[in-house]
Amino acid sequence: MGKLKIHVDQDKCQGHARCKSLAPELFELDEYGNAHEVGDGVVPAGLEDKAYLAQTNCPEIAIEVTEE
Amino acid sequence: MSDAESYLPEHPPVTDWVNDFDHTDPRWTENPYPIWDELRSASPVVRTERFLGCYMPTTYEAVRAIANDTEHFSSRRVIVRDVRPEQTAKAPPITSDPPEHKPAKQLLLPPFTPDAMKRLEPRVRAICNELIDGFIADGRCDAAARYTRHIPVRAIAHMLGIPEKDGDLFIRWIHEILELGIKDQQTLMKAAEEMDTYFAGHVAHRKTHPSDDLISTMMNARTKDGRPLDEAHVLGSLRLLLIAGIDTTWSAIGASLWHLAGTPADRERLVKEPHLMPMAVEELLRAYSPVTMAREVMKETVISGCPIKPGNMVLLSFPAANRDPAMFPDADKVVLDRKENRHAAFGLGIHRCVGSNLARMEMTVALEEWLKRIPDFRLDPAGKVTWSEGTVRGPRQLPLLFGKAA
Repeated sequence: MGKLKIHVDQDKCQGHARCKSLAPELFELDEYGNAHEVGDGVVPAGLEDKAYLAQTNCPEIAIEVTEE
Repeated sequence: MSDAESYLPEHPPVTDWVNDFDHTDPRWTENPYPIWDELRSASPVVRTERFLGCYMPTTYEAVRAIANDTEHFSSRRVIVRDVRPEQTAKAPPITSDPPEHKPAKQLLLPPFTPDAMKRLEPRVRAICNELIDGFIADGRCDAAARYTRHIPVRAIAHMLGIPEKDGDLFIRWIHEILELGIKDQQTLMKAAEEMDTYFAGHVAHRKTHPSDDLISTMMNARTKDGRPLDEAHVLGSLRLLLIAGIDTTWSAIGASLWHLAGTPADRERLVKEPHLMPMAVEELLRAYSPVTMAREVMKETVISGCPIKPGNMVLLSFPAANRDPAMFPDADKVVLDRKENRHAAFGLGIHRCVGSNLARMEMTVALEEWLKRIPDFRLDPAGKVTWSEGTVRGPRQLPLLFGKAA
């Protein structure tokens, strides 16, 4: 399995903040509470499950997880 | 408060839910879940002639489609009522459509981020414990009257910078606007006017006594071209924060305690495994979502294959969406550690509840503090649980036994 990369679609994110709660290592919130991936979005080894958990709990289907 | 219901104009009882639904029917208030299942198996969108014509999407997919479609559906009326007066009390951003919506919403977002809520958490924990101190020795209480309803009232009062002791006044206004107001225009307008007068007084006071609270945040807010908000906008948003912040969370906390009181296995599991709380809160929000919103159809369209015509309202039931088995396996079962949970309790799309982080924090703290001090409790068989009618659903009487009485 290659490395995972996450991306939050800013047109879809509405600031539910579920991802930040489930995977605080992978997401950060801006001053309006909208989510962004930390850094370049590459998921550190060991946090793959959290990336998928955040993706499958986002009410706006705003999180993409891709395998590099 | 509860005897006021008898003054409401009566709606004829429903005999055909699919073609004549009524979300104020006592059977809907008591137990809406089998009714929603019946509607959902009939069609993704149903319609009633009541309320001057109203659709209801019954599936998660149809609810999402409408919530995301601001071109055909307006938020200018957010409560389905018997009347549709031309003049409505605006409460930006909940009653705003694009393009006015985004700037109005952005003003309110920074004070409600998860980090801001963390700063408020110790005060909420203290409020919960002060309330529990007041009844724990009795071995019994009406948890709605003594606990759940006071937590959000005091928390939002704290954030707005208004006296927590005015709580009973706020609870009356909310009952008049959200419940009585469905059928009684005069009561609704009077409550809205009283709230505006109340907040106008607090706004005036801050002109000479600036403070660090949400009222001051709204007063100091500037539009993109640098002008202060007009007074109607400030008062409308303050009215919204008070109304939206109170009986919604009160209902969610109450429904959660009601579930735990009647489901010992879940209660014991949460006591033994407190780390499950964040997931459990999401699942309780899904299963017992309190808030139903509304839209008004502006242009003809099609939703999930069903034709939608202007001139009708839409009952936008996030609670019904959250019980759709096509979206949630075992939708009618509470699964405390449900792994995939894209529930819509706080809405979907641009109108996502601005206070969702506050509500989650209040729910988490209220349940944690209760379970720490009252781990063993059950419904009082001698009492009666009653539920609120209409737009926000939650227990308004919740008699519980605990300690020696349990």
